[in-house]
Amino acid sequence: MNKNMKILVVDDFSTMRRIVKNLLRDLGFSNTHEADDGNTAWPMLQSGDFDFVVTDWNMPGMTGIDLLKKIRADERLKGTPVLMVTAEAKRDQIVAAAQAGVNGYVVKPFTAAALKEKIEKIFERVDG
Amino acid sequence: MADAHKQIALDFHNALKELAPVLLTQVENDHMDEAVATLVTLQHARQAGSGDSEFSAVLKEKAAELHRRIEAGEVESALDTLQEMQDARDRGLYQEVGRLTRALHSAITNFHIDSNPNERVEALSEMTDATDRLEYVIQLTEKAANTTLDLVEESMPVVAGLTSEATRLKTEWKRLVDRDLSADEFRSLYWEVDGFFDQVTSQSQNVYQHLSDILMAQDFQDLTGQVINRVTGLVKEVEASLVDLVFMASQVEEITGIVRDGTPEKETDRLKGEGPQINKAAEDVVANQDDVDDLLSSLGF
Repeated sequence: MNKNMKILVVDDFSTMRRIVKNLLRDLGFSNTHEADDGNTAWPMLQSGDFDFVVTDWNMPGMTGIDLLKKIRADERLKGTPVLMVTAEAKRDQIVAAAQAGVNGYVVKPFTAAALKEKIEKIFERVDG
Repeated sequence: MADAHKQIALDFHNALKELAPVLLTQVENDHMDEAVATLVTLQHARQAGSGDSEFSAVLKEKAAELHRRIEAGEVESALDTLQEMQDARDRGLYQEVGRLTRALHSAITNFHIDSNPNERVEALSEMTDATDRLEYVIQLTEKAANTTLDLVEESMPVVAGLTSEATRLKTEWKRLVDRDLSADEFRSLYWEVDGFFDQVTSQSQNVYQHLSDILMAQDFQDLTGQVINRVTGLVKEVEASLVDLVFMASQVEEITGIVRDGTPEKETDRLKGEGPQINKAAEDVVANQDDVDDLLSSLGF
């Protein structure tokens, strides 16, 4: 797993972005960038060469699930791994995220260990 | 007939006597759901008392008259009797609509949105007040989270630095124990260890101070808890008034024969997001990360 990979953290709460960034840094990833919703994230994704997206679901503007669908529909970005870190906990939501092509799903409140495990699992698959 | 009417009125009287103290206790203890249920029971008792009994008395009387007149072939006066029955029915309807309108009016008054402009401002300000209070909760929790994150972010590299310095010195120290150190190296280590003690002392104090500040940053819980309790109280009050209002409105609809089209309300778009699920035991909700993982693996993840 490339520790230098460029990660985009999308969440409308700045404190949550800070927490995720801190956890990622603890895991050795310090090349992290932030966006506060899908609308802000989309141009960043298009112009930057992001390797990984960690996104919340429920955000004003464009939601995380819409951002995921947009990424999967884009010829250049569709292969980007996306991890959903969200408070949304309905079964049909998780199924919807899976159908939209999410690579991992972490429910809030979450632990550092859970985030680490999901990220490792995603890159085992991507790299392997 | 009059006796029967009296009996029903007596039933309502008894129900009122019995339920009024219950209602009072429920309201005093803030059990609004139960209080509303009691009110509904009373409402039913009252309806049974005032309901259609007068109309049915007229109906019975007039029906007998109508029968007699038709038997006697008095078609014209039979039609008059029919008209009288019709009138009695309308009167009952108007009375009932009138009663419900008054009830609706009082429910609306209790809801603080009476036509009196002063009261309306007050009700609005209560809502604005609630919104302001919640805004305050967001501010406090955000401030506490940021303060805590700042202090943690400052402390982590300090602790990491101490750890790596201790590890380095330990390696050197082991060489000293193994008598594997030159005199020069020993002198250097001597002062390094001395410096490390100073470093540990001052930086531990820093970290201790940060931990203490993090502790203090949790003081928002007390304030936000109080604010949220007050807003919850207001929401419960509003709900109780709304339930009353809906009940009255449904009665008016029933009596005036307004028919609702059966289109169900639009289901909320789940894909928009619903926020945290408070009831983890609900059937369509996952309780924890393990549930999510199980669900995803059942989908072939």
